[in-house]
Amino acid sequence: MLVERGVRGLDRRLGLARFARTALNKVFPDHWSFMIGEIAMYCLVILILTGVYLTFFFVPDSRHVIYHGSYGPLRGVRMSAAYESTLHVTFDVRAGLLMRQIHHWAALLFVGSILVHLLRIFFTGAFRKPRELNWMVGLTLFLLALGNGFTGYSLPDDLLSGTGLRIAYSVLLSIPLAGPWLAFLVFGGEFPSDDIIPRLFVIHILIVPALIVGLLTVHLVMLVRQKHTQFAGRGRREDNVVGSKLWPTFTAKTLGLFFFVFAVCAALGGLAQINPVWLYGPFDPSAVSAGSQPDWYIGWLEGALRLMPPWELRIGGFEIPNPFFPGVLLPGITFTVLYLWPWIEERLTKDHAHHHILDRPRDRPRRTALGVAVLAFYVVLFLAGGNDVIAARFDLSVNAVTYVFRALVFVLPVVAAVVAYRLCNELAARDHDDEEKLALLERTPEGGYVDADRDPGSDPGNDTKVVT
Amino acid sequence: MNGNVERRATRLIAISLGITTVAALLLALVYLLGGQTQLEGVLIALALGGLGYAFVITARRLLPQGPFVEDRKRLESSPDDIKAFASDFEAVYDVDAEGDDATREGIARRKLLGRMLGAAIGALGLASLFPLASLGPRPGNSLFVTKWRRGSRVVNEQGEPVNVEDLEVGGVITVFPHGNVGAADSQTLLIRLADTAVTTRPGRETWAPEGYVAYSKVCTHAGCPVGLYQQSIERLLCPCHQSTFEVANGATPVFGPATRSLPQLPLMVDTEGFLRSQSDYNQPIGPGFWNRDR
Repeated sequence: MLVERGVRGLDRRLGLARFARTALNKVFPDHWSFMIGEIAMYCLVILILTGVYLTFFFVPDSRHVIYHGSYGPLRGVRMSAAYESTLHVTFDVRAGLLMRQIHHWAALLFVGSILVHLLRIFFTGAFRKPRELNWMVGLTLFLLALGNGFTGYSLPDDLLSGTGLRIAYSVLLSIPLAGPWLAFLVFGGEFPSDDIIPRLFVIHILIVPALIVGLLTVHLVMLVRQKHTQFAGRGRREDNVVGSKLWPTFTAKTLGLFFFVFAVCAALGGLAQINPVWLYGPFDPSAVSAGSQPDWYIGWLEGALRLMPPWELRIGGFEIPNPFFPGVLLPGITFTVLYLWPWIEERLTKDHAHHHILDRPRDRPRRTALGVAVLAFYVVLFLAGGNDVIAARFDLSVNAVTYVFRALVFVLPVVAAVVAYRLCNELAARDHDDEEKLALLERTPEGGYVDADRDPGSDPGNDTKVVT
Repeated sequence: MNGNVERRATRLIAISLGITTVAALLLALVYLLGGQTQLEGVLIALALGGLGYAFVITARRLLPQGPFVEDRKRLESSPDDIKAFASDFEAVYDVDAEGDDATREGIARRKLLGRMLGAAIGALGLASLFPLASLGPRPGNSLFVTKWRRGSRVVNEQGEPVNVEDLEVGGVITVFPHGNVGAADSQTLLIRLADTAVTTRPGRETWAPEGYVAYSKVCTHAGCPVGLYQQSIERLLCPCHQSTFEVANGATPVFGPATRSLPQLPLMVDTEGFLRSQSDYNQPIGPGFWNRDR
């Protein structure tokens, strides 16, 4: 056979056949929620492909030029070379706008799928022993994705992203003792400095992507080493994995998923306008427009900045400025708690065992309620990031909208937690009722039936039947 | 029955691969003819979607469905393995000239060497941090001063000096000190509140001649330009986080996260009727930092 001959040739030189065979037979559980992480990985592939293309045209330079390109409304306007090159790739490079928009949509989807993946891991308890380290690697990937989203969004040097950078500078500046020094090191001087665009470029296309690819490799190696978790079900136990083999079924499925993800990004990139920087105009430190919203994944921070009451701390003539609390302390606490969560939960539940069978959210009502509450908190912050848009759309006073959000950010999590907790118990009770009506019977060689469920060691084979 | 399913699946796969081929060729054609963003997006989506559909149908209809079971072996090593690893790592054992096992004091046991190595690597690490300091200048007093000086002429965004006749009551423009148009830290809002001198706060009686008040345009919250002037209620609104300042009352914050008033620039009118600043701002402009009041 052709395959055998090819393998023999390679194996003689590398001796890989035995290992490769194990790899082909690796089993992947079939559950839709396991594909969310894959979506993130495929977004990364799309980001790298389209991103490399964009680097051929982008000029990371703050020096000022006068625009002479084909976009009429901005002709003759003074702008940075970075912004000019963004206009160039948008209007004067064939398929350039498409590449830019696919890149931007894929970035939004990338961060989104990482977040949903994280939620899946949290609510099903997949972070428990022995997977705590991989949870931390995943969180770091999430942080890196957020960072690379923000740096990429800032590169075109348009008015909207420049405003975002301005706020980021002010947040850095607010850090006690180190703030001014840190802000000057990162930005290369007082805002706005000419150094920041080239620096963001190197961070965005080299440093962070290299870290992401490296850590993603670690993430996957750990996954293969520890094998997948799985939901409980027939024949699924703590000491096995049930599902499709890597080759050929899983490979075909996941390739199909990759092409679908790419197709969706391409359709969005072609049909749905995103970040039309030509409408915002070049960055000008003394101009700003109302309705300035960042990309969605920064929305929670923007909302926190907006909802924060006018408080600051003064100690002996020194101050801790207002943006420090929503801009540094909030994300700091958020990620510290997330990083430590597997150990916090282990201490709370006193459960030190290894877990390979996943929880259903309803089976852990306390964890689920807590997760839902925290999620509600950040969703309110996210919505508050658009308080001016909401006020304008519904013809309300922006002050009133802000006051309502300030209350909601504390009330809604409590309500959500109570609802989630009761829902979990309700669902679990219903499952329990159903279980009582069901019995798994096993036929004995003598022709009688025994209740297979009563003996946890027995493996329900082919001749078991579910009887109502 | 089974044959039917396979025949149908094969037909579906063939059709979707056909769609991919046609869409890809059309894509090349569109590109050659000058390109069209929407059409290109749709064609790429069709081409990739066809491919994706083909793979998924193949996986679900034509390939082994299982479920396959793989054993999960114990992850942990035995205590003996761990002990053996530790001793190998510490390199306690050696072989002598005859190839027999021999014990030698592992390198890890030489405490002095360990400490010296730690010190050497620590020092090198510390030294390698210093180039980071070159990334930016020291802040020095740059956060405490702007380009406004005693007697700086007030100019508009085109660099033209501003005369007391230029603004109607209720008018507002962005101004800079002469020679520094566009300087981010010196951007200032010039508002005419009245046609006679106004006092926004006790001690500022001479700061607003002919009704002209000037405030730093950099928000004291997060540094956005405070760009919106609501003339009817004489309030300035920062569009970023909705901090709101009362213009006639020393730009005191009345809503939003800002904790400090916008610094006011003391103005004067020169003999030719042009506006000038009496001095720089009397406090640092813009967002807060830990030692702003020092």
